Amino acid sequence: MTSLELSKKIRLKVLDLVYKANASHIGGAYSMTDLLAVLYTDILNINPELPNNPDRDRFFLSKGHTCAGLYATLGLKGFFKIEELDSYAQNGSKFLSHTSHHISGVEISAGSLGHVLSISCGVAYACKLKNENQQIICLISDGELNEGSNWEPIMFAPHHKLDNLILIIDYNKIQSFGNVKDVIDIEPLKQKFEAFRWNVLEVDGHNHNEIKVALSNSKLNCNSLPTVIIANTIKGKGVDFMENKLLWHYKSPNLEQYTEAKKQLEKL
Amino acid sequence: MRTAFITQLIEEARKNDKIFLIVGDLGFSVVEPFVEEFPNQFLNIGIAEQNMAGVAAGLALEGYCVYIYSIGNFPTLRCIEQIRYDICYHNLNVKIIAVGGGYSYGSLGPSHHATEEIGMLRTIPNLTVCSPGDPIEAKELTKLSANTYGPCYIRLGKAGEPIVHESDFEMKIGNFLPIIVGEKNALFTMGATLKYAKDYVLNNKLNASVYSFPFVKPINKTNILNLFIKYENIITIEEHQFDAGFGSAILEVLNDLIEEGLLTNIQIPKIKRIAIPNKFFSIAGTQDYLRNAAGVILETNFFKN
Repeated sequence: MTSLELSKKIRLKVLDLVYKANASHIGGAYSMTDLLAVLYTDILNINPELPNNPDRDRFFLSKGHTCAGLYATLGLKGFFKIEELDSYAQNGSKFLSHTSHHISGVEISAGSLGHVLSISCGVAYACKLKNENQQIICLISDGELNEGSNWEPIMFAPHHKLDNLILIIDYNKIQSFGNVKDVIDIEPLKQKFEAFRWNVLEVDGHNHNEIKVALSNSKLNCNSLPTVIIANTIKGKGVDFMENKLLWHYKSPNLEQYTEAKKQLEKL
Repeated sequence: MRTAFITQLIEEARKNDKIFLIVGDLGFSVVEPFVEEFPNQFLNIGIAEQNMAGVAAGLALEGYCVYIYSIGNFPTLRCIEQIRYDICYHNLNVKIIAVGGGYSYGSLGPSHHATEEIGMLRTIPNLTVCSPGDPIEAKELTKLSANTYGPCYIRLGKAGEPIVHESDFEMKIGNFLPIIVGEKNALFTMGATLKYAKDYVLNNKLNASVYSFPFVKPINKTNILNLFIKYENIITIEEHQFDAGFGSAILEVLNDLIEEGLLTNIQIPKIKRIAIPNKFFSIAGTQDYLRNAAGVILETNFFKN
């Protein structure tokens, strides 16, 4: 399955999950879908049969509220039976609507923003101590950069030359209650990270080839520094009436919207 | 206590290369021997306690037994959500070490008075909460923590506390330690009030037992039931706010044992709690001065003849 094929399946599965569970956060799941599809198709060295293999690459999702995207990806890649996901966010389900480390393939639970980059730094530091060569990849949201706790590891990682760490920012420009630029403008983002001594790459977060090239080449010119990939994305990407709409941070589609969204996604 | 801690941690690190110590830019004249012997198992993470707790969680995910070390409120309250969600929810092998428990750093003011953290931390599942009463207990708790998987909080004093224990003992999770044996009255002490409690009973020739409680959570229910049955009058003392601290923990256990039908009405002891009266004290002073100001003091009329 190519990353493009996977991304289409992820979007369709996420649509089913949030529709059935009447759940939120489909917009943020769609903005990161292409990133996940490329990671799990072309980049991450992870075997679904051996999800705890010590040699595996580590993927840490910090924007845990968009876990439907990660669950769909893991289910489609065979970390668990995809039918198990039918219980998503239902009473008694282990598939919470924030990432749960009790699910095969999920490295860390996340729901409170601004925690996971520090954890990723700890793992990257440990892997270096042990002279191991895994890649540690952490995906955060743009609004999450409001959290001061993110700027502590942003200072920490280059100081300790964590060149085994890649941070991906899902820069969809919309956070929980407004546009990022209106709530707390994080620009100039590239220059901020450069000033903090990160190796900075920018990509179109929906262009699979650009994502793949950036992730594959991150180590080539990084000068022993961690890499940040600023992925310019679109909230709700793939369904025209969801794209760039704050509403789809919260809303779950009704039957009519579900049917229309499914029609659009099947044409991708 | 902090010297006893670091000396024992060095012992443990000699046996276990997965021991890792992170400090939040503190530890001057304390941690240097560890750093010298184990430079690759040490990190000064800077003044960034949330990152300290998160990085510790990451190292623990990779198999390390991680100690994070700072003053009082900084490795606890400042990063309490990282402790709850990252360390305790994932049940990771991280040990939180606070120096300056209670009023140890009295004159530095309320920012440095660690007087609420026990109450906050003991509500968090998976976390063992400890407060040694003297350097021997600090040493034994360090040893136990290094050899027992799971999150643990240890509230240390500072340096130079007197040794109270005169004989060896075995430190077991949840157990308390007899210091003086008397009748009718029992004085339960948590942490650095141990020496004061012991001296008070001896100097006033009171007919009272003194027990040190290195563990606020858990407390061994079977063992404490025997004390509730044995003593009609119990006094708890702690350098912590009145609500949710050590005395509260004792009351909770007592209540549960009554509710379970394990104590009859005539066996239920009277319990007097001595703690900080839910107030901040914005005055300079030594640890003893602040204890007195806050009313963390014993009176002979608390004891029955």
